Amino acid sequence: MAEQVFYWQALNRALDAEMAVDDSVVVLGEDVGLYGGSYRVTEGLHAKYGEWRLRDMPISEGSFTGLGVGAAMVGLRPVVEIMTINFALLALDAIINMAAKIPFMSGGQFSMPLVVRMPGGVAKQLAAQHSQRLEQTLMNVPGLRIAVPATPQDAYWQLRQAINSDEPIVLLEHELLYFSKGELDESRQAPPMHRAQVCRQGGDLTIVTYSRMCDLALQAATQLAETGIEAEVIDLRSLRPIDWDSCVVSLEKTHRLLIVEEDSGFSGAGAEIAAGLAERCFLIMDAPPRRVAGRELPIAYNAALEAASIPRVTDVVSAAQQLCNP
Amino acid sequence: MESGLLKKMLRDMLLARAFEERAAQEYAQGNIAGFLHLYPGEEAVGVGVLHAAEPADYVVSTYREHVHALVRGVPARMVMAELFGRKTGCSGGLGGSMHLFDRERRFMGGYAIVGETFPIAIGIGYAIAMRELPEAVICFFGDGAVNQGTFHESLNMAALWKLPVLFVCENNHYQIGTEIHRHSAVAEVYKRACGYRIPARRVNGMDVLAVHRATEEALAQIRAGNGPQFIECETYRFRGHSMADPGSYRPKVELQAYESTEDPVKIAIAETVTAYPTAEQIAAVGSDNIASLTGSLRSGGHFPPEHLDAMQAEIAAEVEAAVHFASESPEPTLADAQAALDCNRQGEVLV
Ligand SMILES: Cc1ncc(C[n+]2csc(CCOP(=O)(O)OP(=O)(O)O)c2C)c(N)n1
Ligand SMILES: [Mg+2]
Repeated sequence: MAEQVFYWQALNRALDAEMAVDDSVVVLGEDVGLYGGSYRVTEGLHAKYGEWRLRDMPISEGSFTGLGVGAAMVGLRPVVEIMTINFALLALDAIINMAAKIPFMSGGQFSMPLVVRMPGGVAKQLAAQHSQRLEQTLMNVPGLRIAVPATPQDAYWQLRQAINSDEPIVLLEHELLYFSKGELDESRQAPPMHRAQVCRQGGDLTIVTYSRMCDLALQAATQLAETGIEAEVIDLRSLRPIDWDSCVVSLEKTHRLLIVEEDSGFSGAGAEIAAGLAERCFLIMDAPPRRVAGRELPIAYNAALEAASIPRVTDVVSAAQQLCNP
Repeated sequence: MESGLLKKMLRDMLLARAFEERAAQEYAQGNIAGFLHLYPGEEAVGVGVLHAAEPADYVVSTYREHVHALVRGVPARMVMAELFGRKTGCSGGLGGSMHLFDRERRFMGGYAIVGETFPIAIGIGYAIAMRELPEAVICFFGDGAVNQGTFHESLNMAALWKLPVLFVCENNHYQIGTEIHRHSAVAEVYKRACGYRIPARRVNGMDVLAVHRATEEALAQIRAGNGPQFIECETYRFRGHSMADPGSYRPKVELQAYESTEDPVKIAIAETVTAYPTAEQIAAVGSDNIASLTGSLRSGGHFPPEHLDAMQAEIAAEVEAAVHFASESPEPTLADAQAALDCNRQGEVLV
């Protein structure tokens, strides 16, 4: 049965469901226990499962993420919550050098059922050190999988799938999504974890996007429809692997590609998407792929500069118009 | 102690409190946004430490740094303008509350990633030691920061090369919602320094005189070439971790105990209207910082109540003017932001 829930509630239910059936699932992070999580994701779980299952961590990101790796090597299924992605910079050694490589380096001896969850993205005037998006850094690591749920339903499905996977998976959430509402039906059958989703159908161009930018793309599509342009919007749901096939099917129909990403464009996720689709669809494209991305600037504290540093609906609309009516 | 210094410290504590409470109001009105970490309750630490420092010393701080900047002499209007995100702010409106910088006053920044102050401080210390200058670096951090790897790595290097760094732990007993006994195996923070043979002590961080004295002694040791020193100041924050945090995880009695018997400003004001306090009243005040300070000022006969009123009025006007200045100031433009990013390019041709 479907209900309207907050994104954080969907994550909370996914954790609860997995913790209930498998006592090797443990949650590790700062303020995940007594406090209930900075974004309420672990609310109520400490009382239910106790401190060994939900451990409040000291500010030691490198070592507690590494602790998750060690525990995963011997059969626990840790869900490490890094309070925000900005602090994951301190845990990159554990994520990249340990989690992603141990199964390989050991010649396939170890499973790595580790999930690292963290919110990223530009929120509301949190300034340069707290407004990061690191997808490019993590995408370039063979051995890691990255999911980017944009809705409560996907957050629920993908967190459960990630916990059940024996591979290391990063769940990139978004600070501004936790308190957005959407439908959740816990009984619905989940699609494969990394399959893209067509959120809106259209024949004039394909907008490929992910995470919070999906909402922006959908708003832009509504405005574009008023000017006679029908955009197809694809939510990638995943950044590694990328579901190329779903994008190709769409491009075979629209022949035009617009990529929308919040992160800076240079060497970012959009660059990979553009290259991957150009390789596959070059001969059927009517125009070069186009990207709408964040500016090549750290994020300023000032509100107007912050807003001007990431894509706005109008940026998407005008890029789509230029793409369709050159 | 010299009465001029006492008055200056009292003034800075009152300014600190008034500035922060006003910042909270401006936040509620939407003039300030993002993460806003306030300092009420901890004033004696920043004021005591920084009044013992020399203008040539460097200060490295965290995201809870407005008061450190104010005491260091950054004008209140420039701090407020930064909180408002204005071009006239001390970081041009680009950094915001957590990233105050003032190169001229050797205020080397507020850093928002816990544990960043340590390596920055030892880097500055390294340069000072190499050049054999009589300067020191004051490195602020919270109790939660000592579990970050950079703490241990930096203490080791500071001790190894006898770097002129004063490590100041502002121990308010909480790492957001996690109380110190739940985040640290050794809750007496100063003992951690022993592992690196750095002289360390714990002081009452609600007592500005104790903090000032300890800092003077530590800085004297540093200037004598004896290497780093460590002071743990035990204190308490009256508000939540930031404006986004109601702080409801703290036992009510704990907060009440501090607020009712140790709120420095309330007591100082109450005392002022009723002439001189009795000895019992002073004794009942306990370790409260501003109140015990006004107490000792008065018992020394240096500071009649009218002067306190005048001082409060002057501070209120200063804070009001700071808000006015901030709200009248222009916002930075994209060109300003680009110029800040390229500030070190110096016209070099890159491609
Ligand atoms: C590396 C890192 N991890 C987590 C955070 C989120 N965070 C901000 S402040 C804070 C608590 C810090 O506590 P403490 O060092 O005691 O300083 P206080 O805020 O009490 O002054 C945390 C966990 C951060 N900013 N940086
Ligand atoms: Mg603290």
